Amino acid sequence: MRFALLIYDEETANPNPAPPDPAVWGKVMEEYNAFTRAIKDAGVEAGGEALEPNTTATTIRIRDGQTVTTDGPYAETKEGLGGFYLIDCENLDEALAWAAKCPGSWYGTVEVRPVVDFSKYAPEAAGATAGA
Amino acid sequence: MTPAVTHELVDRLFREESGRAVATLIRVTGDFELAEEAVQEAFIAALETWPERGVPDRPGAWITTTARNRALDRLRRAQRFREKTQVIGRQALIDEELAAVEPGDTGPEDPMAIEDDRLRLIFTCCHPALAPDARVALTLRTLGGLTTPEIARAFLVPEPTLAQRLVRAKRKIRDAGIPYRVPPDHLLPERLSSVLQVIYLVFNEGYGASSGDELIRRDLTSEAIRLGRVLVDLMPDEPEVLGLLALMLLHDARRDARVDAQGELVLLEEQDRNLWDTAMVDEGGALVERAMRMRRPGPYQLQAAIAAVHDASLVDGRTDWRQIAALYGALAIASPSPVVELNRAVAIAMADGPDVGLALVDRIDASGELDGYPYLHAARADLLRRLGRADEAVRAYRRALELTSNDTEQSFLQRRIHELSGV
Repeated sequence: MRFALLIYDEETANPNPAPPDPAVWGKVMEEYNAFTRAIKDAGVEAGGEALEPNTTATTIRIRDGQTVTTDGPYAETKEGLGGFYLIDCENLDEALAWAAKCPGSWYGTVEVRPVVDFSKYAPEAAGATAGA
Repeated sequence: MTPAVTHELVDRLFREESGRAVATLIRVTGDFELAEEAVQEAFIAALETWPERGVPDRPGAWITTTARNRALDRLRRAQRFREKTQVIGRQALIDEELAAVEPGDTGPEDPMAIEDDRLRLIFTCCHPALAPDARVALTLRTLGGLTTPEIARAFLVPEPTLAQRLVRAKRKIRDAGIPYRVPPDHLLPERLSSVLQVIYLVFNEGYGASSGDELIRRDLTSEAIRLGRVLVDLMPDEPEVLGLLALMLLHDARRDARVDAQGELVLLEEQDRNLWDTAMVDEGGALVERAMRMRRPGPYQLQAAIAAVHDASLVDGRTDWRQIAALYGALAIASPSPVVELNRAVAIAMADGPDVGLALVDRIDASGELDGYPYLHAARADLLRRLGRADEAVRAYRRALELTSNDTEQSFLQRRIHELSGV
């Protein structure tokens, strides 16, 4: 099954980001590149992207036909969503083991979420649940 | 056999056997709800048919077989509603596996397959991805065969809240991909500690300080001990597993002596040793020794060893406080906590005098870490009392009294205050 590793960190949510120290930046990038290589080599990589910080976010919602556009992320929090990976694993234990190797879990927090498998919502599968 | 006798037998059997049957059916169907409901139906069928036809030779096997048939029925019924055949392949697989669950599976012929199922179920119910209170509820429900109302009463939670907690936990197991298996070696230490924690929490809830109905709490301690025994059977080479069972037995051995005829709390040193359960003391002591010989000490073994030293006073009425203080010292290294430091201080006070102990307790008190912990103030009060500093002792007893919600402990503290101050 597929899991999303959602990486949250403070830099992403920082309203006044200082320019990154090139040495630190280089080290972090290298760590992320190594992680990306590791999941590719293990054959579990299924996608992922890094996101620009919260200062670049625009939020949109439509209510009663009115479009409301707001500057900023959906939720103002201390840590913001800075990027994500998609991985394809046997079970949660495996996904958690990869999450622990993701640099995001050292610098911030990684939330592990299963990706919805829509095939299980096919009518025949729903019948089994209703009958049980 | 009269219906009443059958009822009692089925009740007992439910406690002991439902966990096994549920574990097997979960493995095969991958569905907690289906497994639980099928097993429940099998027990209802037992109540209906046994009084007339008599109890089968191997009632546990009968339950598993009947539950298997009920699960098969449900799956087939569900299948009939379906026109498309996409999942029929998996269905056929489940049917095949269910059909392969032989009545003999719960008997001595094939104990390992079933034991593996139960071990899988324990580890799944105690998975760290579940909230701690959900782990406890799920373990008691699926392995302990306690009903939802029983668990709700034991933990003083409204029944719908607890039911909701169980539903959410089962849904998370299914949807989040929590594996139904015994974890591989590299994950075992972390996972086993979560399992032991759940069992010990159940025990403490039954034995320990918080409030609740006495009968249900008794149920919890025996359920925790039963689960501890199951785990020892399943993992006989894990010293901490033996340590936990030993710890529970050595504490439970003193249960009858803890409270006097008036329901008042009796301190360990003042307990009537004739009321201690010597069989439990012996069994616990032997388990500690067996565990310690494996030379992989851990917090449960050390706590069990401490309880064993206390229980050894059964022989001559004397407690080796120096050894207890040394064991607490080891425990403070294995799992450092201010509560362990407090216990060590109390043991040192017993060995070297209340003034030495009080100096240590005062240091813990000054750190402020245990300010909301009633036993800190009760221990301090006790040392002050022994040193003849009555006014300070009364103040400390009052502080402890404010912090405890247990009736028995409250009346003990009030008695002490009364003795010292006359009010």
